[in-house]
Amino acid sequence: MSKVLTWIDERFPLTALWNSQWGKYVAPKSFNFWYYFGSLAALVLVLQIVTGIWLTMNYKPDAAKAFESLEYIMRDVQWGWLIRYMHSTGASMFFVVVYLHMFRGLMYGSYRKPRELTWVFGCLIYLALMAEAFFGYLLPWGQMSYWGAQVIVNLFSTIPVIGDDLSLWIRGDYTISDITLNRFFAFHVAALPLVLLALVAAHLMALHETGSNNPDGVEIKKQPKDPRTGLPLDGIYSHPYYTVKDIVGVVVFLAVFSVIVFFLPEMGGYFLEANNFIPADPLKTPEHIAPVWYFTPYYAMLRAVPSFLDTQVWGVIVMGVSVLIFFAMPWLDRGAVKSIRYRGGLYKAWLAAFVVSFLILGYLGTVSITVWGQFADKFPFYGADKATVVARVFTVVYFLFFLLMPWYTARDKTKPQPSRVRWS
Amino acid sequence: MRKTLSSMLLALLAFASCAAWAAESDTRLLPAPINRLDVESLQRGARNFVNYCLTCHSAKYMRYNRLADLDLTDAQITGNLMFATDKIGQTMTVAMSPANGKAWFGNPPPDLSVEARIRGREWLYSYLLGFYRDDKSATGWNNLVFPNVGMPNVLWELSGVNKLVKTDFDDHEKAMGAAIAVKGLAAIEPLPKQQFAVLQVAPDVPGTMTRAQYEAFVGDLVNYMDYMAEPVRNKRIHLGIIVLLFLGVLFVFAYALKRDYWKELH
Repeated sequence: MSKVLTWIDERFPLTALWNSQWGKYVAPKSFNFWYYFGSLAALVLVLQIVTGIWLTMNYKPDAAKAFESLEYIMRDVQWGWLIRYMHSTGASMFFVVVYLHMFRGLMYGSYRKPRELTWVFGCLIYLALMAEAFFGYLLPWGQMSYWGAQVIVNLFSTIPVIGDDLSLWIRGDYTISDITLNRFFAFHVAALPLVLLALVAAHLMALHETGSNNPDGVEIKKQPKDPRTGLPLDGIYSHPYYTVKDIVGVVVFLAVFSVIVFFLPEMGGYFLEANNFIPADPLKTPEHIAPVWYFTPYYAMLRAVPSFLDTQVWGVIVMGVSVLIFFAMPWLDRGAVKSIRYRGGLYKAWLAAFVVSFLILGYLGTVSITVWGQFADKFPFYGADKATVVARVFTVVYFLFFLLMPWYTARDKTKPQPSRVRWS
Repeated sequence: MRKTLSSMLLALLAFASCAAWAAESDTRLLPAPINRLDVESLQRGARNFVNYCLTCHSAKYMRYNRLADLDLTDAQITGNLMFATDKIGQTMTVAMSPANGKAWFGNPPPDLSVEARIRGREWLYSYLLGFYRDDKSATGWNNLVFPNVGMPNVLWELSGVNKLVKTDFDDHEKAMGAAIAVKGLAAIEPLPKQQFAVLQVAPDVPGTMTRAQYEAFVGDLVNYMDYMAEPVRNKRIHLGIIVLLFLGVLFVFAYALKRDYWKELH
């Protein structure tokens, strides 16, 4: 065995690569619950790629056959139903895991110097993942696939001057059609997975260059070395310690994942929408078009922004900026400490307000704007839809979290950051 | 940290209460009395389906030989349930063309393969009990759950003929209260001047079945349609239990391994 390895190592840096990326990677020993979601995101990525390859073997990217081929997979292909449910559940769970992973970054300041590029690559992964999910959602060719894609592609047509030509160029046709389905299939199964894999590699390499953050925000690389081990005082090797710990996380995650796949594959209509079991019909617009849950916070913002100067492009701009603004976080935060454990009340309050905004916008994006009715005549917002007003308020809160960050993080009364991690 | 968590919890609570709020609708559907494990009910449902539905509606993703799931032999399927084909590997198609369907009913009758996943069991059950006589409609029938539906009440000989009963109320809350008090199928219809009517169906002319018999007939049918929408469901749930038991055992080993390695760090 070792002879083979030596043979390889003389020609390709296999051992060096393994050691630098995981085997001898030194990580803080105090990772808590929130640190499982990085490895889980990698797991879901692999699951999606593997189940995706098998789905591709029986799926037909053809407007006349796509819906039928999915039912064929569900009924006639051996284990086709399992592979399909794993893929559809995996899509939603990818976002669950990624949102929790991002929230961890917000809590412990993982985006801050020196990890700016890790964060930027992460944001790019998030963007690529959104595109991947969007293209993939057209493939079942159900009503929601069709009309969801119609709505999103039409967003581009609100851009002044070039808008109409741009959306035509994206669709390749005047409406969503067989041509659109074919190109979305190409993006979903080839282009974006390649982009995602490259970005994940960059994300991990950047992380392993700077070293991991931890719940205390302590830079273990700056600590003195333990004379016994030669490692920073609070550092341990990822392998075997985090290998065996992450395996526990994987098993627990797979249990949750299996509960959904085997008992609740539709997840109450949030993972698989009832309307998507109706084949796409270009002549019949559904009464209520809503994107899948992971896009709904942004969809709620899009709907909340009023049109003025004869264009609806403002909503599209707000939606775009609401995603892109994550990139700026390393440069918006001026706090004296990284971790929420040593931040003052201001940052905690703003982070809580941000999470609440995200959840409420997420809910509002799943329902019709008339869900709470209208304000009575006497109110200052007479006649306005209550849900729209609420969505506007929380859209503002969402943006203030970012835009006021330089101010409130600098003013925040922080506690001194310790030199060692808290660990029991 | 604790503050953040408690505010997250609060947000979740707010979220959950909103969801319950949104779930209210203006038609009160009946719970479908069905059991996915009741094979005899599923067999009767399959019989009801091929006899009464499969003349206009197709189920083009459902193969006849799949009915073996319901403990039926090939001979039983070919002998009793196949009218349109003699090949047991065929799917449940119908001779009526979509164009004819459109001409006769206004819209082609939809394929029913996955209808239970689109509408839900309660909806299907309530819909089949929701027909009433309406001389103003083209077919002479109307439906409480699906107003102005193109489909006539094809089961009327069994169910008998129902009529619509309408009661007016001054406001929505009173109408809602009355609709709940019906303890059955009821719909609320807005009227001019902020008034609301509660709509119910009531028997007018009896059919060949009693009310209880007809409800059981429809229950079997919906049970079958629910099965047909996802034939693998029982197998899926069964397998899920085994997978979870396996993961439970795996967890014990994974956790023991982790503890053993981490012991040396303490």
